[in-house]
Amino acid sequence: MTVLDELYEAVLEGDFDLTPGLTRQGLDAGLLPQALIDGAMIPAMAEAGRRFEDDVYFVPELLSSGRAIKAGLEILRPLLTAGSAELAGRVVIGTVQGDLHDIGKNLVAVMLEGAGFEVIDLGTDVTPAEVVAAIHEHRPQLVGLSALLTTTMLSMPSIIDAIAAAGLRDDVKVLVGGAPMNEARAKEFGADAYADNANAAVRAALELVGAEPGR
Amino acid sequence: MAADLIRGLLAGGPVLTDGAWGTQLLARGLPPGQLPDLWNLSHPDRVEAVGRSYVDAGSMIILTNTFQANRFALRGAARDVVAINRAGAQISRRAAGERAKVFGSIGPTNKMLVSGDVNEDELHTAFTEQATALADGGADAIVVETMSDLNEAVVAVEAARATGLPVVACMTFDSGKNKDRTMTGVSPAQAAEGLAAAGADVVGANCGVGVDAVAPICAALASATDLPVWIKANAGLPELVGREVVYRMTPAEYAGHVEAVLAAGADFVGGCCGTTAEFIAAMARSTRWTKVVRPARADLQKELGREQPRSHIL
Repeated sequence: MTVLDELYEAVLEGDFDLTPGLTRQGLDAGLLPQALIDGAMIPAMAEAGRRFEDDVYFVPELLSSGRAIKAGLEILRPLLTAGSAELAGRVVIGTVQGDLHDIGKNLVAVMLEGAGFEVIDLGTDVTPAEVVAAIHEHRPQLVGLSALLTTTMLSMPSIIDAIAAAGLRDDVKVLVGGAPMNEARAKEFGADAYADNANAAVRAALELVGAEPGR
Repeated sequence: MAADLIRGLLAGGPVLTDGAWGTQLLARGLPPGQLPDLWNLSHPDRVEAVGRSYVDAGSMIILTNTFQANRFALRGAARDVVAINRAGAQISRRAAGERAKVFGSIGPTNKMLVSGDVNEDELHTAFTEQATALADGGADAIVVETMSDLNEAVVAVEAARATGLPVVACMTFDSGKNKDRTMTGVSPAQAAEGLAAAGADVVGANCGVGVDAVAPICAALASATDLPVWIKANAGLPELVGREVVYRMTPAEYAGHVEAVLAAGADFVGGCCGTTAEFIAAMARSTRWTKVVRPARADLQKELGREQPRSHIL
């Protein structure tokens, strides 16, 4: 197996202990960072996503693959020149006010990082004011909001309204998700997109920032 | 013996348990976003009123308002974890009197083993702390519920067993194409086997899907174990009306679906999200709790081979 094959397998199998070493081996063998990303990491994550949609992978496997790709990317990030295609975009993400559940949000954050986004994670129980402040500070293209409970999902429109009231609504796209959410509710709350799972969230995020899916 | 309580309860046929607590506390003034468990110390009278409403409606088992009362989910209130659990059991005890049994509720920590947020020792410590406090407060049994990760559920069952009380262990099946796996991919059969091996006295499913979709999950659990099966499903799908969340299924509709759940092998039946004392009362009225004819487990196995009709699910 070539280093690219091994790296692909390690990401797909979620062996996050192996990916940093394999990434270094690839570099030592003369491969460019972008080749390691495009030739192994991204295809492996895409396959993990397919397995997730087919009920072969579930959240733990997807989370491990996400951690594996993230561990490899941390080796490559300093080597990628500023302004090159490495950064898909910047995302501010959080679980909305009143809600302390972060498993889904954390998974989406890891997956977005794996897809090349810079992720600013505001944590849980995030207020409208905190989101507005984070947009001012970090200037993201995307805001991701999560809620697990039917009661707390109602914080989503409050946050989106606050973004609009601050005059920032045209500066960011808003992506929402979580167990009680669906397409219709996302629209009603004023979000730009809804994702049913972490894999779909990455696809939606790439589309929202106008990045080519798969890169 | 732990199992004697369970056997005694089931001697007369299937047993009616209780409905949701969190939404009932919201209806009694709990501010949205506040942990219901904190009310065990600040508003014990209102928590007791919820328990009593279920006993009055016909529940033979009520749970405790301690679903999130573990040191991880309580966060800032973690120092009160023992007091909250002990009070939760005492409150339900008062509400139950001699009319019902009290099963202490243990929910997930919301920390994932696989992500490295928490390890098994830390989980074991947290669940032991909670289970011990529930037992000290007078719980008759422990219910480990709404679990997604079998490893976490097994740790919780082992910690609960150490109290010497009977243990019910249930998981939430809401993922996968057919919404019949847990978030971590566990099937009902894997859950039944894993939880039984960990020493659970009863296995089951709660939350996740609506009562109209839970019968196949119940049948899969029942066919994988000889242990009694515990089912608490949601009142259908939540709908958003304006800025309010409503479950449109009526108590009578819920009770109607329960016949199929009992036929699928359920021994303990109650409700989860969207259910109230009216739902329990409707089930107590309409379902023949002592005369339900349940198919033998061998027949269920055959039944499972057939295509199960599925209605829309969460």
